[in-house]
Amino acid sequence: MSSREEILARLRLATGDVTSRPGERGPVPVSAATAGAAQDTLELFVKTVTDYRASVGRCTPEQVGAEVAAALVRARAHTVLVPPGLETSWVARARDAGLRLRADEAEDGGPLTAHELDGIDAVVTGARVAVATTGTIVLDHAPDQGRRALTLVPDQHVCVVRADQVVHDVPDAVALLDPARPLTWVSGPSATSDIELDRVEGVHGPRTLDVIVVC
Amino acid sequence: MTDLPAQETSPTFLGMPSFQHAAEAALADTQQRRNLAHATATIRAKRAAAVGEVDGWEDLRLAGAAAKDEALHHLPHYLEQLEAALTARGATVHWARDADEANQVVVDLARAKATDEVVKVKSMATQEIELNEALEAAGIAAWETDLAELIVQLGEDRPSHILVPAIHRNRAEIREIFARRMGAVGRAAPDDLTDEPARLAEAARLHLREKFLRARVAVTGANFAVAETGTLVVVESEGNGRMCLTLPETLITVVGIEKVLPTFADLSTMLQLLPRSSTGERMNPYTSMWTGVTPGDGPQEVHVVLLDNGRSRVLADEAGREALRCIRCSACLNVCPVYERTGGHAYGSVYPGPIGAVLNPLLRGTSSEVDRSLPYASSLCGACFEACPVRIDIPSLLVRLRTQVVDEASGRSAEAASMKAAAWVFGDHRRLEAAQRAATLGGRLLGDRTIRSLPGLGAWTQARDVPTPPTETFRQWWARTHGDDEGDLDDARGQPVVEEQDLGGAGPHTRQEGS
Ligand code: SF4
Repeated sequence: MSSREEILARLRLATGDVTSRPGERGPVPVSAATAGAAQDTLELFVKTVTDYRASVGRCTPEQVGAEVAAALVRARAHTVLVPPGLETSWVARARDAGLRLRADEAEDGGPLTAHELDGIDAVVTGARVAVATTGTIVLDHAPDQGRRALTLVPDQHVCVVRADQVVHDVPDAVALLDPARPLTWVSGPSATSDIELDRVEGVHGPRTLDVIVVC
Repeated sequence: MTDLPAQETSPTFLGMPSFQHAAEAALADTQQRRNLAHATATIRAKRAAAVGEVDGWEDLRLAGAAAKDEALHHLPHYLEQLEAALTARGATVHWARDADEANQVVVDLARAKATDEVVKVKSMATQEIELNEALEAAGIAAWETDLAELIVQLGEDRPSHILVPAIHRNRAEIREIFARRMGAVGRAAPDDLTDEPARLAEAARLHLREKFLRARVAVTGANFAVAETGTLVVVESEGNGRMCLTLPETLITVVGIEKVLPTFADLSTMLQLLPRSSTGERMNPYTSMWTGVTPGDGPQEVHVVLLDNGRSRVLADEAGREALRCIRCSACLNVCPVYERTGGHAYGSVYPGPIGAVLNPLLRGTSSEVDRSLPYASSLCGACFEACPVRIDIPSLLVRLRTQVVDEASGRSAEAASMKAAAWVFGDHRRLEAAQRAATLGGRLLGDRTIRSLPGLGAWTQARDVPTPPTETFRQWWARTHGDDEGDLDDARGQPVVEEQDLGGAGPHTRQEGS
């Protein structure tokens, strides 16, 4: 008997007492905090993100470029990664300020290697959805966010979130996501508390997370 | 019971003394007790605050238990669905009856990639099967990349907590380990390394980064595997998980078969329950979800090893199967008065604390001394059930296992006879409380560290030292002090994760000022 068949046989034997059929628990019970007004959800998001020691800025659509440039300068970034589908006006001011913009493209036309990514200071992206109760942004790595490695290896991540992308609770976000895409949920910068529970930011992921909310 | 095979007690733990004897040494280690007391109190307070924020917490617990029960009751159905979904998305599925088979799959895959090293994400399943040792025997180095696991690995130590495996080590010890050992296996620690946590984390970042950037094969566990979609989920905080899941060419995920969730929507329940229960965070810093292979993004060769290793045996135990709901949040460890004093090593397993006390004898059977003793590694105070996000009734399971251990013992020895009396006392909470009250009184009169008899236990205690019970029972103490328990927020930066990772990076959000 193959391992597969043997394990399945053991499990059928083990669950021989079960009389219900798969799925009979009924619709999946989903429990979520109820949203108030959209404005309350937005305020809550800003508060929870701030609690994570991420920096949060709010601006109008016209101000995004200036906010992005300011965040990059604050973290002393020199080279900035720009995903292929990013709104170009968001990084135009950064270029004017003298920062070097890089596409995810190596000399040979392929994507950047991990070592090349390691030499880049920051990345600017959009997001798929954001969660107010937890201060989380979710990336689905669409062209405005780039493949997963882009938001991982550089030391600063500047993420632009539209106000209409902010949902109230975790189930609202799960309902919007496509499981066929790779998904990364980010709540604050990389952190550890493994040493005497003292919190230290930035172990392997970006040490600085700037969230810019556009409303 | 069916005659399904038990998991073998690992060679590492086979020679373990009983919990009670192992605990004796742990109790004498004042440094460890101080570290543990601080850590568990801190995480407890954070968890209480994070759970307190959620209005429908009890509904969430019920939904969490229902999702896991649905999967467990129909496990063959959901595993086949998971396999089909994964295969359709370009992943390769392997099945492993036991540790040896799972290890062989991973060794063969690594060999096929002609590599002599793999990077690893903290994973209890791979610790359970002792994968690192198997890889090493095959000439392949397995680098642990979670900071705490790195500390444990470099210190040639064993993890002592599900979430914060190096919780028993303080900063000076960690500095010493890094300075002494990093250079031997990769980039050395800087000469001027201090014991500041930020400096230590920086040393780990640099040491591990060179390993991440060159790694071609990664091994990880998973917190959840969604049958409906084939989605695997890793919950963590440092980003080492993301590094391993993203940069290498080949990704091998070892998943206990009990990790299955029926639907993608079930993740909305679990992602609310797990971080709050585990690190006391609203959400852990990073959660990764991937479904098979994504062209142009991440590993292009994806393998999933579905591991039984005793789980079918636990499932066959109608009463015991609820232990398989466990999502390895470690909340039960942090509220356990026995764990807080003995630490994780005394449990003789990668699964310590209250859940370990039930899961190990269920998984491995009760033929070894340590597994027979584990059901007694508890005060039966009930705090673990209260804390458990998926409502596992650990105290009832412990009582049942005690009865089983006693029943299995022959009636020949005096000890076996008194164990029956012990089972009688422990078998009913009123009898237990009466015994505790009497023992408390005895302790007050005795004023001595050791008592020689416990009402109802008779000769059993003559064979062992039983610490003098405190002047009040744990239940009484809890009732009296529970309100104050949240006062320790000053240090509330605790971070711990989860079965397969480090929900590691506890956020500061329980503190309003967020400093
Ligand atoms: S048994 Fe313990 S570790 Fe497992 S889910 Fe419950 S509280 Fe968490």
